[in-house]
Amino acid sequence: MSGRLRRLGSLSLSLLVITLVVLAIPGARENAASFIDGAFGGRNRFNFYTTLNRSVLIVGMAMSVLVSFRAGLINIGGEGQLVLGGLCAAIVGAWLHAPPLLVMVAALVAAMLAGALWALVAGAFERFAGLPLVVGSLLLNYPAVLFASYLVSHPLRDVQSGSTQTPRLASEVRLPRFDGTLLDMGIFLVIGVIFVVILLERRSVFGYRHRLQGYSLPFARASGFPIRAVHFQTLAGSGAIAGLVGFIAVFGVNHRYIDGMLTLPLYSWTGVIAVLLAGMLSWLTPLTGFFFAALATGAVGIERAADIPREAAQIVQALIILFAAGFGARLHSRRSGDAS
Amino acid sequence: MLDAALLESLPRFITPLLLASLAGALCHRAAVFNIALEGMLLIGAFAAVAGSWASGSWLGGVALAMLAGSLTGLAYALFAIHRGGDDIVVSIGLNFLAIGLSVFLLQLVFDTRGQFDDPGIEAIPRLPLPFLEPVPVLGALLNDQSLLFWFAIVLTGSLAYLLGHHRLGLRLRASGDNPEALRTAGVSPDRLRGGALVASGVLCGLAGAQLSISNVTLFTEGMSAGRGWIAVVIVLMCNGRPSWILPTACLFGTIEALGFRIQGLGLPQQFTDALPYVVALLVLALVTARRRRAAVAH
Repeated sequence: MSGRLRRLGSLSLSLLVITLVVLAIPGARENAASFIDGAFGGRNRFNFYTTLNRSVLIVGMAMSVLVSFRAGLINIGGEGQLVLGGLCAAIVGAWLHAPPLLVMVAALVAAMLAGALWALVAGAFERFAGLPLVVGSLLLNYPAVLFASYLVSHPLRDVQSGSTQTPRLASEVRLPRFDGTLLDMGIFLVIGVIFVVILLERRSVFGYRHRLQGYSLPFARASGFPIRAVHFQTLAGSGAIAGLVGFIAVFGVNHRYIDGMLTLPLYSWTGVIAVLLAGMLSWLTPLTGFFFAALATGAVGIERAADIPREAAQIVQALIILFAAGFGARLHSRRSGDAS
Repeated sequence: MLDAALLESLPRFITPLLLASLAGALCHRAAVFNIALEGMLLIGAFAAVAGSWASGSWLGGVALAMLAGSLTGLAYALFAIHRGGDDIVVSIGLNFLAIGLSVFLLQLVFDTRGQFDDPGIEAIPRLPLPFLEPVPVLGALLNDQSLLFWFAIVLTGSLAYLLGHHRLGLRLRASGDNPEALRTAGVSPDRLRGGALVASGVLCGLAGAQLSISNVTLFTEGMSAGRGWIAVVIVLMCNGRPSWILPTACLFGTIEALGFRIQGLGLPQQFTDALPYVVALLVLALVTARRRRAAVAH
């Protein structure tokens, strides 16, 4: 109970600091108004749909992170898995000539496979070379991101468009949008993922073993659980979800793969933060993901209205994560064994 | 390929890696998993440009970079040690803060996006060693290099001595390997860790200063460009030993310099950019695999 209280205390403290920071900026009330408008308003609720689209991607990445973190696997290679998923989806979408539904399914499968495989590579490095997952998965981000960047700047580039991007998807293979809005059906995929993750976690043998392994690996080992299988299955699932998010970004939001479209908004890292702020609770994670999405789009609104750089949102995110760190779960530390 | 221009460029690539790796080593030996080196580098680079521009002197730039770095280290200690946060979480937070803050201040203070350069930014002076000039390889390599390069070399030796023989260094190591013994001796491991973090911030500030007011005299967004992560890898590979860090940092600096050179021959930039990470991954995997085999054999 005291843990919960401390968590509430830390949260309110961080919110207080943030409020003070915002108030310190001249014209605070106008800024607050333009923040709200930037996150939820706009003509035809345009900005609200932007927020929703962004939260679909962030919450998706957060679920990917959650799946691995809950099993005690610090997979911070979501960025590489996401990018490879998006890249594969864009390739299948632009170059596979088949009935639209088939193209979509093939792209989705390809994206999830790519994400899962890249996560498994990090897992293999840990399993067979003893390279800690946190380091291996992080380092694998760079080749993946740079490889995708190379492909869309040279061989797969849509030269006529003049930018570093793949050709635009045909309109019939894109994920349909809700009438009169910019929100695409990708949101159902992510909602599906959330339900599957929660159900698996709470109602399946796999989920039980998976969580127990996260709480105590020695206990799981002593209980005779198939630790290695759960290790690889968890990573494959985590990577597949990241790949699926890449598919949504390509087929629903951007309709092509643009260099930097998945890395510059820091979707993957924001997903990590959303999970940690939610204290690794699966039902709370979508809410924190939505919160960070609103923060980012709202900051764009403030930038338009008051000329305050949108990076203010990133600073606020950083402050939240730092203040929240004190009560967050401990992930990986030689110090955690200290008596104090 | 190994011509004078390449040799002359090597210390520019090695110095930031060496300083950041030594910073990481201090934390590593005190059992602090500091993966905020990247953010600390970025903050140092920004502060160095701001300080040099505002004071009109390179000393001002270096001083501000050290100050900003030490404050970042202090913030790390506050959130990770005083408040008991997780190292990885705090590091991610600080890396976020560094990216956001540098871009935010770039616009707020210098009213520009992307890059700030100004003739008012003074560079760190270079140390001329005229007697080396006629020597074939060493002349190109060592003559006329940044003061920070020489500082980093001297620092490597001092840290090797500190960690191997000095009481403070031994205590620092104990705070990592056996904090209970240290506590029994009446020394607080947490204070040593806090000190290591502040020192690592100062060193990363210097590494950032080397990037922004020595290699060039400007600041660009994200100019740390992954060097902090390479430094983390160097620390892990060398297990935090300064005497191993020096050659390893030289190796990665050379890879980076060669990558830069190959790029001039027409290989896509993405491949040369990926090179240090791929090498780091493979070398690290080899090292950990060997270490594990050795542990099994014993």
